Amino acid sequence: MIRYIYADELHKFPRLAGSMFRDRAAQFRDRQGWDVKVNAAGEERDEYDDLNPLYVIWERADGTHGGSMRFLPTVGRTMVNEHFASLIGGGTVESPEIWECTRFCLAPGAEPRVSAALMLAGGEIMTGFGVKHFVGVFDARMVRIYRLIGAAPDILGTEGAGREAISVGLWHFSPRLQMKVALSAGISAELARSWFERAFGASARRSHAAA
Amino acid sequence: MLEGFFDRVECAATRGDLQSLITDLRDHYGISHIVYHWVNSDGEQWGVGTYDVAWAEHYVKSGYLRVDPVIQGCFQRFHPVEWKRLDWSSKAARALMTEAIEWGVGNQGYSIPLRGPKGQFALFTMNDSCSDETWQGFCDANVRDLLMIAHYFNHKALEFAMPDEEKVQKQLSPRETDALTFLALGYSRAQIAETLDISEHTLRVYVESARFKLGAINTTQAVARALSLGLIVV
Repeated sequence: MIRYIYADELHKFPRLAGSMFRDRAAQFRDRQGWDVKVNAAGEERDEYDDLNPLYVIWERADGTHGGSMRFLPTVGRTMVNEHFASLIGGGTVESPEIWECTRFCLAPGAEPRVSAALMLAGGEIMTGFGVKHFVGVFDARMVRIYRLIGAAPDILGTEGAGREAISVGLWHFSPRLQMKVALSAGISAELARSWFERAFGASARRSHAAA
Repeated sequence: MLEGFFDRVECAATRGDLQSLITDLRDHYGISHIVYHWVNSDGEQWGVGTYDVAWAEHYVKSGYLRVDPVIQGCFQRFHPVEWKRLDWSSKAARALMTEAIEWGVGNQGYSIPLRGPKGQFALFTMNDSCSDETWQGFCDANVRDLLMIAHYFNHKALEFAMPDEEKVQKQLSPRETDALTFLALGYSRAQIAETLDISEHTLRVYVESARFKLGAINTTQAVARALSLGLIVV
């Protein structure tokens, strides 16, 4: 299932959080060879994890991490604006309607539908919180995965090459795409909506069918 | 009306100006209340808005900050919050809502959390008495404008409250400058996207970001502001 958890509540999910940060080490340090910090517990964390971001996490049946991504509003500090300005032609991207999505991570051996489920969760955030766009930091593998499910991001700029390539891109989302992604994930729009409601509280507006 | 509203926020010079702006905004939307509520890290509060002044004073004096689910639900969060989604199950929270309604506060609310330098935290809240369905319609129709208004309002309040903070004039990025320049020249979005070799979706992101930096309610106003500030030249 998908969980939406702000950093200040991760401690309530120790198994899930611990395996997420360890899977991030496995992906970003071990597989992609990025220059990231890994602590003594084998967890990859950076300065943006300290800004109380919102994590969207696929939780497996055994309570461990299957895949995840991290959101911050672009009206505050973001990785794109502080570290990847050159990839967007200089300057910053800032708007209450644009959130940043970083540290997109899949656990080793994650089923293909996990990335589709995470994308559906991104759609829930857009619909539920008035967000129009996600600007993200992606690696080449993620770009490939999303192209396969028909949801390739717009690439604004790329540095590096091969498996070390890092891109800044924009995530599209539309009702048509949502249907397509829901099919890839094998998860109905209603189920995706119910996970969102479970995290943020149900309300009358959610009784409406997927937007 | 909203274009004029943004021009007036730009010119606001006193708290009284903010008070009359927020009252006019409430009248424009035809809802019960709009309130801007600033909370310092040491619990000090101030605000402007259309709640009964006596209710606001009573709220502060009674220390409701500590039991208000809206504050609890927005502090440490960055997503806008519908009051109906919050946890009102505690006795103190229910008592607060009952009392608030006696003071003319509506049962429906939508609060946007705002943050500035040095841990500044504020809320911009729309409030009304209506059905869930009506409120949903209002929020869906206006969330986009309200997000922009809330942030711009906070920006102005920060200027008043922290006059010593160095004011950083928002810089447009090179691609934002390009996008606004072509818009000012009257190009269509499709033409601009083609000229800049980007998708129309990407163009929208640059325009959105520029609009926010310029404190504009729409693209036309963003272009006008950029021209008048000399950020673009055509």
